Amino acid sequence: MTAVWVTVVAVGLATMAIKSAGTLLVGGRTLPPRVQAALEHLAPALLAALVVSQALGGSGGGFAIDARLAGLAAAAVALVFRAPLLLVVTVAAATAAIVRALG
Amino acid sequence: MRRPTHPPAGPGYLDGVRAAAPIGIAAFAFGVSFGVLARSAGMGRLAPVVMSLTTFAGSAQFAAASILGAGGGVAAAVAAAVLLNLRYGPMGLSAASTLKGPWWLRALTAQTVVDESWAIAQRDDGRIDRHLLVGAGLLLAVGWVGGTAVGVLAGNLVADPASLGLDAAFPALFLALLAGQLGPRETQTTEGRTGSERPPTVSRGPSWSRGRSRLLAALGGALIALALMPVAGPGVPIIAASLACLIGARRS
Repeated sequence: MTAVWVTVVAVGLATMAIKSAGTLLVGGRTLPPRVQAALEHLAPALLAALVVSQALGGSGGGFAIDARLAGLAAAAVALVFRAPLLLVVTVAAATAAIVRALG
Repeated sequence: MRRPTHPPAGPGYLDGVRAAAPIGIAAFAFGVSFGVLARSAGMGRLAPVVMSLTTFAGSAQFAAASILGAGGGVAAAVAAAVLLNLRYGPMGLSAASTLKGPWWLRALTAQTVVDESWAIAQRDDGRIDRHLLVGAGLLLAVGWVGGTAVGVLAGNLVADPASLGLDAAFPALFLALLAGQLGPRETQTTEGRTGSERPPTVSRGPSWSRGRSRLLAALGGALIALALMPVAGPGVPIIAASLACLIGARRS
């Protein structure tokens, strides 16, 4: 039980520190233009990495190809047809659920 | 469609809540499954809920609970979770300039940063919208913590999230938000529901070159993640992929 609470407190404190480090270090200051320009490219870089890792990542690292990939493909089709976000997410989940139920 | 109570032109907190609603259901379902896993890993009832409230990051919590359950020890569990959460460093930095108030309030607001809320809060000009971030983050927190509580108390009353395909909802969300980042801005602003409420952005250079450098950053991030996933532990590919944002530093 103690090991559990040590883990919970340590991970919680570390995560809170990581999340708030940026704002506590930068404060209200304006960042140098080059840093700001780099940060404006963080979203595409991380979003693409998150798509890859969430769609292809295995539970213990490495790759795992499963129904998530079919869901992602369906989401891509929905995006081509300019579907709203709710529909894109729903189509992906429904496709993955159907593929799993069949497979 | 009722407007939020804030008069300014930008989106309000409720827009963030609304934008996060589609993924809130998935967050709740995975909260339930985290509660079930944590309980079976011997974490008891209270600790998993406290962890969801304070750590508030799915992948790190699943990793820590799995390691504890397998008898991997505290150090391994903490190290894995911290490694998975390192990506919130650059994410928090990118949100830093938009947070307001005294240091403790800014530190508290920064806790609403998770992958999904941070992604939803992206503005067309590459900065973070604080209202979208907080609205989306709070809705996700309610779903995640509430789901965890249901999971530890009631067990698996809800179906396995994977059988509902909800694990496919997250890459789909990130793909949709990525497409919004890379798509032409004109069509976005005329079509997007919240887009029309956003303040006009200051154009810095021709938009085609901006779109191109964003595309390069996305390709770089995806390639770094793909290359590292087979060889590096969970968390490392994502934090390494954030380096692809340096492509943008050349262009200012």
